[in-house]
Amino acid sequence: MARADRPLSPHLGIYRWQVANGLSILHRATGVFLSLGTLVLIGWLIAVASGYQAYVRVNDWLMGPLGALLLLGWTFSFFYHLCNGIRHLGWDIGLGFDKERARMTGWLTVVVSVVLTLGFWATALAGGGA
Amino acid sequence: MSLQTPLRRVLGLGSAKEGSGHWWAQRLTAVALVPLGLWFVFAALGLEHGQHEIVRAWIAEPANSILLILLVITLLYHSYLGLQVVIEDYVHGALKIATLVIVQFLHVLLAVGGIYAVISTTAGGGS
Repeated sequence: MARADRPLSPHLGIYRWQVANGLSILHRATGVFLSLGTLVLIGWLIAVASGYQAYVRVNDWLMGPLGALLLLGWTFSFFYHLCNGIRHLGWDIGLGFDKERARMTGWLTVVVSVVLTLGFWATALAGGGA
Repeated sequence: MSLQTPLRRVLGLGSAKEGSGHWWAQRLTAVALVPLGLWFVFAALGLEHGQHEIVRAWIAEPANSILLILLVITLLYHSYLGLQVVIEDYVHGALKIATLVIVQFLHVLLAVGGIYAVISTTAGGGS
């Protein structure tokens, strides 16, 4: 079946780094990282259902240094994957596919996800009394 | 240049005949996760340092229970579809099958665990 001379898509190493492929890889990376986050989401839901002590243990870990760092990563990943996902859905229906527009929405995606992440944590720290 | 036969291009399904199903499910869950994800993340802002009782009461609200169960199902389905593609791209041979099986089992386990936890909390569990 597999013939040695069949056309192959270019290997990753051959690409010049630019916005488009960087953001594409970041979409995958944030997606995989968010998949890991589902463990914590489900763990949190189970802890709530298990009772006060289990909940406090999970909550303390999430508010600790490692937990907080992970939550920061997950909120950025969520907002980035969301914004870039909407960009992808636009492409699926044929919107913004030309090079200039794709580059512009790429940078827009980065800026919006950083702003949303900062806004989220500013609100959380101001309102949550941490 | 296209590697598809003209007939297959007309049918548009690719050689495995189910590629469009995966593609469609990934988009459908993505669209559903836009409102569900935003709802959860901003609802969590109000609960972030919440006492156990407050979080429990919030989950037990009927609208929140329903949305949380929808979120758990949609999120884990979307997560599986995405990880499946990543594994198929980077893991090869027997390890690929093993990884796919483990990841799929884990997603089903997490989905059932999450749904059970929400229902249990709604029914008064954890108090």
